[in-house]
Amino acid sequence: MAELVYFSTKSGNTRRFVEKLGLSASRIPLSRNDQPLRVDEPYILIVPTYGDGDPLSSVPPQVIRFLNDEHNRSLIRGVIAGGNTNFGEAFGLAGRVVAQKCRVPLLYRFELMGTAEDVRRVLAGVNEFWKRSA
Amino acid sequence: MDMPTSAARHLNRVDAINWNRLQDDKDLEVWNRLTGNFWLPEKIPLSNDIPAWNTLTEHEQQLTIRVFTGLTLLDTIQGTVGAPVLIEDAITPHEEAVFTNISFMESVHARSYSSIFSTLCATRDVDDAYRWSEENPFLQKKAELILERYRAEDPLMRKIASVFLESFLFYSGFYLPMYWSSRAKLTNTADLIRLIIRDEAIHGYYIGYKFQRQLARLPAERQEEIKIYAYELLHELYDNEVKYTEALYDDVGFTEDVKKFLHYNANKALMNLGFEALFPASVTDVSPAILAALSPGSDENHDFFSGSGSSYVIGKTVSTEDDDWAF
Repeated sequence: MAELVYFSTKSGNTRRFVEKLGLSASRIPLSRNDQPLRVDEPYILIVPTYGDGDPLSSVPPQVIRFLNDEHNRSLIRGVIAGGNTNFGEAFGLAGRVVAQKCRVPLLYRFELMGTAEDVRRVLAGVNEFWKRSA
Repeated sequence: MDMPTSAARHLNRVDAINWNRLQDDKDLEVWNRLTGNFWLPEKIPLSNDIPAWNTLTEHEQQLTIRVFTGLTLLDTIQGTVGAPVLIEDAITPHEEAVFTNISFMESVHARSYSSIFSTLCATRDVDDAYRWSEENPFLQKKAELILERYRAEDPLMRKIASVFLESFLFYSGFYLPMYWSSRAKLTNTADLIRLIIRDEAIHGYYIGYKFQRQLARLPAERQEEIKIYAYELLHELYDNEVKYTEALYDDVGFTEDVKKFLHYNANKALMNLGFEALFPASVTDVSPAILAALSPGSDENHDFFSGSGSSYVIGKTVSTEDDDWAF
């Protein structure tokens, strides 16, 4: 079971964070020309935040496309957002937008590629979350 | 002219830039973010801070002017030396254009501290602080450590130094206006500083991204050497930064909390370069008041795993009416 679905741009911050988690994860493709991702199991979405403050542009378009697929959307259980506190209120805004649109909890926010502490907390949190939802 | 062989460097001739043909779409993404963020200090009502300024003790005022003078020096270096050398090292025309924006905005930042001074401070006190900045050994050493790397002709070393300036060295200074803001003092000045902090985040991210792209093309052995070099430079800057912090803040008792802020931001600077954080969570626990001043409003958005509340909240309503979303 892929527990995580994530998107990462060329800068690779979110990819690095996901790699450090070491959980099974599927990546939403970067290019429109790639085969779109379709999921079969409940998942937690990990998404970086774009822009700096406008909710309209905070979620990467590739993630919006993925969630516009009703089947994919029906399986999302929570969202984790990447960002940078330098953007103030907009820190991890993409996570808030997705949480609200999909009516799922915003589980965690991390900065850039995440620290060891972020990895520890997310691993513990994800584990607990799936146990509770089982 | 002899070109250094250490990297594929320099655009050898000038072609008319074509933004409709991109070699790296990150250039356009960052250009759009930077130009969208454009601001000038004249838009911030700094004079509303005059009553709060007058409540500061003479010593607090002196400290604040000194801190801002130190920040002015870093912005000056980055605007006139740091970003221009990155233009020289650019490998796409769009990258050059982005660095011209970064260079100019650093000059706007440097200029904005003078706006704060002319609005709030007595000329004599400001002149004293400029003299202090020329004589303070730790501030001068900080400048010298960075300028040495900028003068060295290695594009990767320059980018490492540049990311450390953008994402680490400013923060001993940024701490103070965030502190005043947490005490509801100099709040308009803090608004201006937050605009600078936002800009620096994009600068650090973009320079770090370009660094990582170049690094990835080198043999593994060389990559390892450069990584070691980066951590060594960070340690050298950090040791000096601690002394600078003690010289500024020991009298007001902020030193220990400022050091945590340094650790927290040093980790972010390393991450911008694609390297792992160095300082453990036990020494990056910056006081919540400072973090709240940095991200006003974000405390309304506790997340689930942090356990800061008994339950999560989805956050205040954000408008997402947009054609892209199909639901």
